[in-house]
Amino acid sequence: MIPSAFEYYAPGSVAEAIALLKTHGDEAKILSGGHSLIPLMKLRFASPAVIIDINGIPGLDYVKEEGGFLKIGALAREASLESSPVVQQKFPLIADVVKVIADPQVRNRATVAGNLAHGDPANDHPAVMLALGAEVELTGPGGSRTLPVSEFFVDLLETALTPEEVLTEIRVPVPPAGSGGAYYKIERKVGDFATIAVGSQVTLDSGGRVTAAGIGLTNAATTPIKATDAEAYLVGKSLDDATLEEAGRLAMAMSDPSSDSRAPAAYKKAMVKELTIRTLKRAAERARGGQA
Amino acid sequence: MATQTSQSLGGLGQSVKRKEDVRFIQGKGNYIEDIYLPGMIYGAFVRSPFAHALIKGIDSSAALEVEGVLAVVTAKELAEHNLAWMPTFAGDTQAVLAGDRVLFQGQEVAFVVATSQYTAADGVERVEVDYEELAPVVDPHKSLEMPVIRTDKEDQKDNLIFKWDAGDREATDRIFNEAEVVVSQHTEYQRVHPAPLETCGCVANHDPVTGHTVIYMTSQAPHAHRTVFALVAGHVGLEEHKTRVVAPDIGGGFGNKVPIYPGYVLATVASVLIGKPVKWIETRTENLQSTGFARDYHTTTELAASKDGRIRAMRVRTLADHGAFNAQANPSKWPAGLYSICTGSYDMEAAHVEVNAVYTNKAPGGVAYRCSFRVTEAAYVIERAVDLLARELDMDPVELRRKNFIPKEKFPYRSPTGWVYDSGDYHAAMDKALKIAGYDELRKEQAEKRARGELMGIGISSFTEIAGAGPRKQFDILGLSMNDGAEIRVHPTGTVTARLGVKSQGQGHETTFAQIIAEELGIPSEKIIVEEGDTDTAPYGLGTYGSRSTPVAGGATVLAARRIREKARRIAAHLLEVSVEDVEWKDYQFQVKGVPDKAKTMAEVAFAAYTNVPDGEEMGLETTFYYDPPNFTFPFGTYICVVDIDPGTGEFKIRRFIAVDDAGTIINPMVAEGQVHGGLAEGLAIATMQEIRFDEQGNLLNSSFADYLLPTAVETPDWELGKTVTPSPHHPIGAKGIGESANVGSPQAIVNAVVDALSHLGVTHIDMPITPWKIWQVIQEKGV
Ligand SMILES: Cc1cc2nc3c(=O)[nH]c(=O)nc-3n(C[C@H](O)[C@H](O)[C@H](O)COP(=O)(O)OP(=O)(O)OC[C@H]3O[C@@H](n4cnc5c(N)ncnc54)[C@H](O)[C@@H]3O)c2cc1C
Repeated sequence: MIPSAFEYYAPGSVAEAIALLKTHGDEAKILSGGHSLIPLMKLRFASPAVIIDINGIPGLDYVKEEGGFLKIGALAREASLESSPVVQQKFPLIADVVKVIADPQVRNRATVAGNLAHGDPANDHPAVMLALGAEVELTGPGGSRTLPVSEFFVDLLETALTPEEVLTEIRVPVPPAGSGGAYYKIERKVGDFATIAVGSQVTLDSGGRVTAAGIGLTNAATTPIKATDAEAYLVGKSLDDATLEEAGRLAMAMSDPSSDSRAPAAYKKAMVKELTIRTLKRAAERARGGQA
Repeated sequence: MATQTSQSLGGLGQSVKRKEDVRFIQGKGNYIEDIYLPGMIYGAFVRSPFAHALIKGIDSSAALEVEGVLAVVTAKELAEHNLAWMPTFAGDTQAVLAGDRVLFQGQEVAFVVATSQYTAADGVERVEVDYEELAPVVDPHKSLEMPVIRTDKEDQKDNLIFKWDAGDREATDRIFNEAEVVVSQHTEYQRVHPAPLETCGCVANHDPVTGHTVIYMTSQAPHAHRTVFALVAGHVGLEEHKTRVVAPDIGGGFGNKVPIYPGYVLATVASVLIGKPVKWIETRTENLQSTGFARDYHTTTELAASKDGRIRAMRVRTLADHGAFNAQANPSKWPAGLYSICTGSYDMEAAHVEVNAVYTNKAPGGVAYRCSFRVTEAAYVIERAVDLLARELDMDPVELRRKNFIPKEKFPYRSPTGWVYDSGDYHAAMDKALKIAGYDELRKEQAEKRARGELMGIGISSFTEIAGAGPRKQFDILGLSMNDGAEIRVHPTGTVTARLGVKSQGQGHETTFAQIIAEELGIPSEKIIVEEGDTDTAPYGLGTYGSRSTPVAGGATVLAARRIREKARRIAAHLLEVSVEDVEWKDYQFQVKGVPDKAKTMAEVAFAAYTNVPDGEEMGLETTFYYDPPNFTFPFGTYICVVDIDPGTGEFKIRRFIAVDDAGTIINPMVAEGQVHGGLAEGLAIATMQEIRFDEQGNLLNSSFADYLLPTAVETPDWELGKTVTPSPHHPIGAKGIGESANVGSPQAIVNAVVDALSHLGVTHIDMPITPWKIWQVIQEKGV
């Protein structure tokens, strides 16, 4: 429960942080909320030689609506999403998810950016951001680049971030009127990582037909999954039972969970279908102006 | 002066606020981690990554190069002092440090001593151990066919530890052969871990000048531990009179802090060798992977009955996995503890119980986890089997239970396995529980829901617990009688210091034992301090586990107080200038018979005991009493669980949980309820989330609280409690003990509820822990 020795830096700006990353390369790790990194370090599963603590960098802890996006700064904590009026009003899917991530103590500290940057398919935000079609801003020595979040997750605990980059902002497009979303997480107890979870986002036209759909799967493979087949299938359809069933089946077909101490793979797979159906239903209700 | 009442004194039956909470809620408890001694150094273990391997060599040189690392102790050094092995409470031997082989993952291989916990951890990483892996024995069902694990024991020809049975085999078989109905079920009671929030640890401080050693340790049984230390290490200076074991505040024990662990021994050895205080404290992972687990009982239970629902006999065949060393904590003559209480609350003609215990390459243990010696396992098998029988007979499980309960008139009742139940009124507890639950309504609701395809279940458990080990003619641990002492000193100004041989780990002894004394002596409980855990001051006793504190030490406390009262009465007579026969104890004071205003309070008598004693009387007002209970106590109760299941996901919610307990006289209702709440939460955890799991290589799969789950307020339902009071006829105040009933009684209520919800689909059993995926799986299997 005691990490190996490491060097500690607390840069005062993003530029300084990047300079440190450039100097130390692979040896260094960014520390934000620390709630993924420190558990690994204290078990000595990770022993970075250098820790770059970005918590002292001013101006990164915002959650705001701007230019058609919800913008989440690198140091915005989970808890600030919980209390954000924009999130409450326009992003029922995010409002759902932040309530089921860990516990209040963890959420007070853990950052949304860290949740994505960790590249863990068991984290809840990746699937949600995939469902919402978010993009991420990655800043390195040569400046910033923007990437759709669907291109961010490379492999288990591996993302598109290069060793010299910092994830500086997450941008989620504000959904048009007639949109709704929902998250359903099966967990062994409160605060646990998902056994399996699904997040769905839909936009309906006035006739109740789907104009846009986003579905993200948590802990359903070695990376977070965007259930694109199901998303594509849904566009132009009404959400009747047969359609929901088929969307669930298509989402399930894209999942590839493994058996672990939470549940056998067969259960998780079946639940991808079940939860896809449930979250689509709830998302549609919310899109129609039901309880957000 | 106003007359004293039980309420004004904070006596028996009063919900007095817990004295200990004043320090706990202010963060002023004093746990092992709070103890810092000048010059203290730290120890940490190198542990085996393998479940079974030969040790070819240990190279400590790199570790010794780490600045601050002072020593690396291995089995070789220990062997030089004849300390490489230690006895377990079950009469086996356990390696203090592994010598030529490791027998479970996490076994202690070397002990690194360093100037800080940080350098100790760095040192641990640098000790190089050369292992040669061996095939591990992981599945207890295959253990007897596998090569011998305990090659250190010359006469060990296989992996059997013991074969034990109780009851009447022939009579039981005879009834089974002729029975109209027989039900049979195999159940796996999974390995679980008590997981106290404070892990095990100690600070050992040997003074090289005086030769005295003080060991602060997480001990549920400080006296017994000191005696074992003296027996094992007396030759290296740990003689009993020079050794003081102090158990400070303990953050939960649940049986986990009964055994002696290598860490205690090594911290002490290191302190003796280096001459400085040494602290050792486990990480959570170490606690889960190496210290006393519980359960791991795998059982086929059969009931023989008549067609009209009379239970006639019970047959139980259990395979017990004890891990690599038999380090379970059970009384010496009772290798399967009190498991033969498994006929439970039912009157039957015969029973036969057989337990085979085996070695496997897993951590040693077999501690109680809030259950007096295998009683949880016993209550589980009978209560599951009764439900199965009800189903087989198409009878309501309540009706079947009622029909077979030992009737109130039959107490004291001799069970077919030989226990003499002291008292009980099982129908009354059942009735009360049914009433709180609204049982008939619930069954109606269930039928309606079922018709709509919804899943709802109702589970019953009418358990009988056995507490208060134990009468010394039958009960000892390593020869030590399971009696306990209480010392009471009434000071001249009428306040009291009482000391007990048991040791609270959260049970509230400082409050409840003061209440017992208040009731007996008429001194307000706030004027009474109860001290435990220091072998230098407390009278001898075997400690707190098995719900024994109130039945045993409580008895000692009452009788010590009454002895004091006897002497006080003589002094009162002297003060009142009447003969002793004319003085009576009434309204918590000494009165001249028939003249209530001629009276002396205990405080007045106490002052006289030091200032004005009659001729021929010794000065002072103090005594010590050792209590040998004449029998066990038999708490009981009926629990009802109502569960709703989501058929699509298998998720379930415990909607209601009703617990009616009867533990005889209740000393403090609030504390008793707290005990029940805690036990129910643990029962819920065992039934739905806890399992110590291994892969085929013997790797522990849940070594932290991320995977070994403790329920929170979110998972626990709003417990609905009730009680009946059937005093124990042999205990001085009729108290039976309440610490463990809830853990004994609850898991099967939950399992029964879930199975009940699915019974119309043909489901008869699901092994614990019951999880959504298991429920979903059986629903799939049944093709719904
Ligand atoms: C008890 C517990 C329960 C939890 N339960 C859940 C849960 O149910 N669901 C869930 O989703 N999560 C859960 N978490 C994880 C928690 O949300 C994490 O804290 C979060 O995933 C990571 O955020 P962080 O700010 O703590 O990142 P850190 O731990 O500081 O960092 C994680 C990784 O990301 C890198 N990193 C962090 N920030 C940046 C950045 N801005 N740019 C580049 N790299 C960066 C770090 O170098 C590190 O490799 C739980 C954690 C705990 C301790």
